[in-house]
Amino acid sequence: MATKNWPLWEIFVRSKNGLEHRHCGSLHASDAEMALENARDVYTRRNEGVSIWVVESKHITASNPENNGELFEPAQDKVYRHPTFYDLPDEVKHM
Amino acid sequence: MKNKNLYNYILGIADNSLILGQRMGELCGHGPSLETDIACTNISLDLFGQVRSYFQYAAKIAGDGRTEDDIAMLRKEREYKNVLLVEQPNTDFAFTLGRQFLFDVYHLAFLSELQKSSDLTLSAIANKCIKEVSYHERFSSDWVKRLGDGTEESKQKMQDAINSLWTYTDELFHQTEVDKAMVEEGIGVDVTQLKEEYYKKVSQLLEEATLDIPESKWFQKGGKEGIHTEHLGYLLSDLQYMQRTYPNMEW
Repeated sequence: MATKNWPLWEIFVRSKNGLEHRHCGSLHASDAEMALENARDVYTRRNEGVSIWVVESKHITASNPENNGELFEPAQDKVYRHPTFYDLPDEVKHM
Repeated sequence: MKNKNLYNYILGIADNSLILGQRMGELCGHGPSLETDIACTNISLDLFGQVRSYFQYAAKIAGDGRTEDDIAMLRKEREYKNVLLVEQPNTDFAFTLGRQFLFDVYHLAFLSELQKSSDLTLSAIANKCIKEVSYHERFSSDWVKRLGDGTEESKQKMQDAINSLWTYTDELFHQTEVDKAMVEEGIGVDVTQLKEEYYKKVSQLLEEATLDIPESKWFQKGGKEGIHTEHLGYLLSDLQYMQRTYPNMEW
């Protein structure tokens, strides 16, 4: 019997129109179509979503935690890089 | 009972979903992969949800104090009216999905006709179920194609499953006396009218799956009259265990 594992897929679900797709987990599937069906069954059975994206995990390039210093730290000591001086109207949600 | 025909007609529809739901539920924790395990038990949950609507309605018509649970759990083997197809065991994954596919194609066609029923409750239930069943049909058809047009081994298994289950397909279009009476009243679906389209659709998909269409013309029937294969008794002993052991227990 074939025992080879199916490839891994990353699943992104848009919970309602107007919001962005969010990563919600990963699962195994033999191709994109099956990944969509599995994602529907695993992640969106209780009205969690209106749209699903699937992408094979191997296509994601991740940053290396060893480089965290050079990648993420410089911005913290420059207060003008953070948009904290604007008043947001109440009507603007999801910022 | 005033509306005995309608009561029995509802049981006929509901029992198909109940027994198939129980079969798919057996895969809980036993599916071939985590993802397909969840998919199969989701189908099971959909079917049990549908069954509740039917049995609640049947209990109302019976009007003798029995609840939906009593009707679902406390009948004897011969009082179940499901077709033989749905009680066939989960021999392997190809059988499980082959059985699901052969039933789903019928189920979808049946529900889209039941939506036109003059009985407003039945037509509303059909209307509610049809989205779920469309997904079941998509899921099972995809799997028949994958396994049929897959490896040599998966193709052989899928072909074996279709060959074995084929003999149970004709019963779907067999009319009981109750069916005929209900069709006459504008409540029931004339299943004989669904047959041609069914075999056309199934054959098309089997071709797509590079599988042979079985040529056997010898068909089993009896489930709709309560005459079942040996498998139903075992299934019922599982299904009824809790209600028989702890009578009147509730969640």
